[in-house]
Parts: sequence; structure tokens; C-alpha cells
Amino acid sequence: MTRDRPEPPLALVAELTHRCPLQCPYCANPVALGRSGGELDTATWRRVLDEAASLGVLQLHFSGGEPTVRSDLDVLVRHAAGLGMYSNLITSGVLLDAARLRLLAEAGLDHIQLSFQDADPGNADRIGGLAGGHAGKLAVARQLRAAGLPLTVNFVVHRQNLERVPDMIGLGEALDAGRIEIAHVQYYGWALMNRDALLPTRAQLDAATDAVEAARARLRGRMVIDYVVPDYYAERPKACMGGWGRRIITVTPAGKALPCHAAEGLPGLAFPCVRETTLAAIWQDSPAFVRFRGTGWMAEPCRSCDQRETDWGGCRCQAFTLTGDAARTDPACAKAPDHAMMNAATAASALPPPAFVYRRYRSPSEPASTVGALPQTPAGGFAPCTPTRGSAPGPVI
Amino acid sequence: MTGTDMTGEAAVPAFPNGTKFRFDRVRDSWVVMAPERIFVPDAHAVEVLRLIDGQRSLGAIIDALAARFDAPRDVLARDVAGLLHGLMDRGAIRL
Repeated sequence: MTRDRPEPPLALVAELTHRCPLQCPYCANPVALGRSGGELDTATWRRVLDEAASLGVLQLHFSGGEPTVRSDLDVLVRHAAGLGMYSNLITSGVLLDAARLRLLAEAGLDHIQLSFQDADPGNADRIGGLAGGHAGKLAVARQLRAAGLPLTVNFVVHRQNLERVPDMIGLGEALDAGRIEIAHVQYYGWALMNRDALLPTRAQLDAATDAVEAARARLRGRMVIDYVVPDYYAERPKACMGGWGRRIITVTPAGKALPCHAAEGLPGLAFPCVRETTLAAIWQDSPAFVRFRGTGWMAEPCRSCDQRETDWGGCRCQAFTLTGDAARTDPACAKAPDHAMMNAATAASALPPPAFVYRRYRSPSEPASTVGALPQTPAGGFAPCTPTRGSAPGPVI
Repeated sequence: MTGTDMTGEAAVPAFPNGTKFRFDRVRDSWVVMAPERIFVPDAHAVEVLRLIDGQRSLGAIIDALAARFDAPRDVLARDVAGLLHGLMDRGAIRL
């Protein structure tokens, strides 16, 4: 494997916590959620931000869980601003109020991405598992615009809200968002458990895509609409995280550094901890970050594919989750030997949806059946991966 | 839409709130940062973007470039409009 010095990362996803008042059944966090006692403290996060800036990180995404449960958020925002980093807060909004928003704006926060579960209040609260959540988000959206903060509204879409994409875009306009993100659920972790309740039919997907295209044409130059499609219907896989260890570094609440924010469950990879190692050493030299970087690790059909430096072989976590081998071609690719399993999964979208398995802390003694059946999860580990939060391909450069 | 007809040269381009244009010492290059996006402008684009201060009009920017570079004004005007419209569509410039 060639070992050229990698380009510096563009973005750091700082997962400050796994704690969250919402219980979305497609949450991108691992099924085994971390507790508050294991979270990095403020001083360690400050050091991580220093190291990230020195390494070349330009954008910082405060994420979770719900990052606003951390009372030191404004301290970290101020620290990032002092380092010249562009800071983005990815939040459900339900813990924010006008005073806290002013504090964050004064600290130098550049942008907020506010999630909504639907444009319909009742269904939004049902999906998020928090009564009154939607109304609170609407209030926060208006308060943050009043505080002068730029807004992206994010909708994670699936078969139980997809027909309201036009209403979602209308809501984004009404809330004076500069950007709307319509992101189909990506199927890892909690979302994979809930796949039959979430994956849309091809007809639903096509109608939503048409609605997005029409809105893009109408709002061109005034509003950016980003759209993340579900790769179960794709011909080519997504360039997960812009390629393994190429653009993004994620640090979990407990301090593990990951090339993809939920790659933690991949077997045979020891993900380093920022408590023990510098971010530069992790990015440049750690075996876990080198393992799937570039194209040297690829087997056929990726190795000779002319798309290998476009999609970077797709998603390693999806390959492992669906086939049991993280080095196989992502089954989302039509060239993949395992592609037929995508068709088997999409067939369930025509059946009535089962009940949601909500994202909750669970005691280790709880029987596995309460967590729901894990479809096609290979023995030896379970690997949630890739942003369900939407911006799957990572920054565009 | 072509050229500068859409808004005219009196329009004042600006980086909207939520966009940052700065020099990155690690990469030794200028970068434009917007929500979920990073653009690395080429040397010509940097010359244009450095003239955007929320005060100068599009016409004044083109005049300033014409004074510095040996190129016909209408060619410069077309190039600047193309660059700015591209960034507008990505939410990184407001007119």
C-alpha cells in the first residue's frame, strides 16, 4: 500500500455527547450509546480544537447526540472562533432559547443546522418521540434568525414523511433559512433496525426527487437545497465521508477518533483516542485511518473501476454491515457481487411499515428482542456508520 | 441568465452572514467557507473575491480589475459575473 502523506482534513465532527431529548428511530449514533460520565471534558476538547486547527481543519461541526446539553458549548464555540475555524452547530433545537442563542452568536458561532422530523407537527413529534418538540423548534428557528444566525433546516426523510417534501421546503422558506437539507435516511445502526419502517418505495423516492428539483429551479440564487438520496436505489455508491480518511475526522463523546462517525464497530481496527494521541498522528499514521484510505486496499470490481477515485469504493461500514466484510465493494454499487441484497431490502417498502424502535439508552441486561431484530447483521459485531444526519458526502470542494 | 444583466453593475456583492473568506496558512491558499461547503478559488477568482467588501458595486469591482489586468473590460465583466453567479447558486455570495 502506498503511504503518501495525506491531505489535511477539511472538517472535524465533534460529537460532544450522546445525550439527546429526542428518540429518532434513524439516529446516527451507535446502538450502544455512551453515558455522560465518559465524555471528554472542556480542557480536552479545547486541546483537540487546537490540534485540529494546526492540522488544517477549516470547519467544525458540533454534533451529538444533542450538543446543546453541554453547558460548555459556548466556551468551545468561542475557542474555535479564536482559531479561525468555521463553526456549525447541528442541533434539534429543543434545549435552546433566545438568551442561549445570543450567547452562542456572541461567541462567534457561524451557522446553525436545525433538524425537523416532518413539516406536519403531529407526525414530527411522533417520529422524534418528544411531545411539543416541533413547536419548540419553530420558536427556536425564529429566535435564531432574530439573533442574526444563518440557518439551515434539515429534514431526514423516509417513507413516513416523504410525501411532504414540498411542505418541508415551504417551511424552510417561511423560516428564512438560507439552505435546506433534505436527507434520506442512510441505513446503519438504529436506522438499519428500523429499515422496513423507513425505506421508501421507488415511486415515493422519484416523487420526492421531482419535488426537490422543481424547488431548486424556483429558488435558484436565493436558497440552496442539498439532497442526499438513499443509496439502496442507486446505481453507484456514495463517496462515503468523501473517502475514508480523506476529508473528515470525527471524535466521539469519549474521545475516539474515527474516519466515519460510526465506524467504531468495524472489526480489526483499533481507533485511537484523542486522550492519548495527537490528532495529527491519528490522521497521518494510525493504521485505522490508513486502512481504507485511497485505492490501494481495493479488490475487484473496484480496483479497475474508472469511478474508484470518485466514490472511493462506497461505504466501508455498509459493506461490513451487509456482507460481513468491510473490504468488499459496497453492495449499493450495481457492479457489486452483493448488489442483489439491495433489491431484497427495497421489496419490503411495499408492505405496511412495522412500529418504530425508538433510540433510547438500554441497560445491558435488557433482552436483545427489545432492541428489535437486526437484519442481515453479521456475527462478530454491528457497525453503524455514515451520517444519517444528512450531509453524507461531506463538504464539497 | 448571462452576463451582469440580472442585477446590473450597480449591485453590491457581499459574502452573506454564514460565509467566510480567509487565507489558510496550512494549505497556503484562500478558502471560501459556507454551510457544509468549502471552495478553494483559483488565483483569478481570489483577485475578484478580495475586492468584495459589501461596499463596492459590481461595476467598481470590474473597473478595479480592468485597471490592474490587461484584458478588455467586457471580457472581465463576463468572467466576474460567471464566477459570482456560480457562487450565488451555492449560497456563498449575495447580490
